[in-house]
Amino acid sequence: MTALPQPTASTAPSRRAGAAGRALTYFLLVVAAFFFLIPIYLVFATALKTPDAIALPTAWHWPAQLNWASFAEAWDKVGGNMLNSLFLAVVATILSALLGSLNGYALSKWRFRGANTLFALMLFGMFIPYQAVLIPLFQFIKALGLYGSIWGLILAHVVYGIPITTLIFRNFYADVPDALVEAATIDGAGFWEIYARVIFPISIPGFVVVIIWQFTQVWNEFLFAATLTNTGSQPVTYALSQLAGGQAVSWNLPMAGAILAALPTLIVYIVLGRYFVRGLLAGSVKG
Amino acid sequence: MKSLSKDRLWAIAVLTPSIILVGIFVYYFIGRTIYVSLTDWGNDPAQALALNPIIRWVGLQNYQELFTGFLQGRFRQELVNTLFFTVFFILGCLGVGLGLALILDRNPKGEGLWRTIFLFPMSLSFIVTGTIWRWMLQPQGGVNQAPTLLGGQPSTFAWLSSNDSVLKFDWNALPLITAAVVGAVLIVVAVRAAREGQRTRTLVAAACAALLILWAVFIGPNVRLLAAPELHGFNLAMIGIIIAAVWQMSGYTMALYLAGLRGIPEELREAAKVDGARDAQMYRYVIFPLLSPITLSAMIILGHISLKIFDLVYAMAGSDNIAASVPALNMYLTSFRQNQFALGAAIGTILLILVAFVIVPYLANQFKGEEGHA
Repeated sequence: MTALPQPTASTAPSRRAGAAGRALTYFLLVVAAFFFLIPIYLVFATALKTPDAIALPTAWHWPAQLNWASFAEAWDKVGGNMLNSLFLAVVATILSALLGSLNGYALSKWRFRGANTLFALMLFGMFIPYQAVLIPLFQFIKALGLYGSIWGLILAHVVYGIPITTLIFRNFYADVPDALVEAATIDGAGFWEIYARVIFPISIPGFVVVIIWQFTQVWNEFLFAATLTNTGSQPVTYALSQLAGGQAVSWNLPMAGAILAALPTLIVYIVLGRYFVRGLLAGSVKG
Repeated sequence: MKSLSKDRLWAIAVLTPSIILVGIFVYYFIGRTIYVSLTDWGNDPAQALALNPIIRWVGLQNYQELFTGFLQGRFRQELVNTLFFTVFFILGCLGVGLGLALILDRNPKGEGLWRTIFLFPMSLSFIVTGTIWRWMLQPQGGVNQAPTLLGGQPSTFAWLSSNDSVLKFDWNALPLITAAVVGAVLIVVAVRAAREGQRTRTLVAAACAALLILWAVFIGPNVRLLAAPELHGFNLAMIGIIIAAVWQMSGYTMALYLAGLRGIPEELREAAKVDGARDAQMYRYVIFPLLSPITLSAMIILGHISLKIFDLVYAMAGSDNIAASVPALNMYLTSFRQNQFALGAAIGTILLILVAFVIVPYLANQFKGEEGHA
């Protein structure tokens, strides 16, 4: 757009101003990038030091000798929890994506009286502070005999994931022309046939957005993890908080642990960033 | 038509499990929490974990304890912390996010890469962020050593353990301050309603404002919540947590603003340029007004996140750092470390009320428009 020819006589000064503006733009970008990336430098610089090389005054120095063993040692402490998290996130994500897809289809293509009110009441569940349901949730999971089991945690994540997955799919299906559904109805297809033949096959982008979003949320969650699990089923966020919480700990371990815990969601974000942003915006902007 | 209604029934049948689950896990549990908050469950340690605890109805006693009890000064400081945290966190995210979005909107080279850099913290857990920043903000390390890289003296600021605070006020003055703020808002509402010629609204707002101000002048100064003055303010130990939170979340506002900026038709900018608007004028009169709905939803989303924030504070400040704590963390500790379930439920309820103030009008507003043509 700036390349459009300007019908004014003052092309030369404006170009000079443009060059200065460009320089300022890149300067600000670099400053901002520093703010966002410096913590990453420090994390790696610390994780790769040996415990005796870690001293606060030399925190900024890159280690003279790289100590990759930190990662192996951190894996010993949080590896099992990473596998817990992986199982938890995969199962919970698949279940909530399926539920969300069906709900979104039912709400957007088969509107009935009160559907919007119902949906608004559902959405409220996405915003509540979970502290306001934590005690009954704990009792309920315990009464079901699921306390300390990863399945109790999966149940909580699936249920509290219903609002956002329904929201994303509802907005996604709202863009599917109703004519498609009507044509299928005229052909005699019912609720399930339309879902299987018309809606589901075009849902892939919706599923990608929802799966990425839920996977990230569930992987990163901490409050339920701290409340509903015990040693055998704790996910990685809890293990990391334990690893970092101790006073006598040498800092290379929590830093290596933080890198390990961050890696799965970070990889998903870097590879599928576009879909991640869509999920991010879905929570606040009407589709 | 008959088959249509059968399909509608299928739609409702498909929704039913979700409705039941959300009904139980959200609404019934909220009701239960409110009920528990009105009992004395856990106030007697012996009864807390008993199989069949004796639970007595105590009314609003737990709330009274939280706001005026001698032992609950920590909770009151946490409420104040949350208030300041929310204000600075929202301002920080809006400022950084808008700035980044405006820069990226100028289409610099490698835009995708820059965006990836600014947004990646959003994919991290608050626990990861908290662990990293806790290390950076150690008293003699990380950030405090940074000036030495440029040849300066290391800073000695106690980021997470400082006990200093600014903007202190006496908790006893809280009703007075609240009355003054609400009264001022009501006066503004009344003046605006008068200008728009809405008589009822003007009168109601003005009457409420007058009542509040009368109360504040004659009764308010004599109200004593606590026997002794109790000072609360903005704890400096929260600054580091605010910085970490902005680091993590400002990419989100950037993404929101960027989506908004991309949605502004090119013709509008061209038209402004043809009309002779300079860059600054175009932003002032064309672009910023179009972005204001985004600012509002960003404030609401960020506001409810900051009221709920828990894991970041836990990871950065730990559980015993009274200077840097929030009610959401207190609720967890009170309920699941000290087993004072009723008190914890009361804190959870207060959090819910705070969040509902922000979220319910937002949801109602989002759906008001849709209900019309449904």
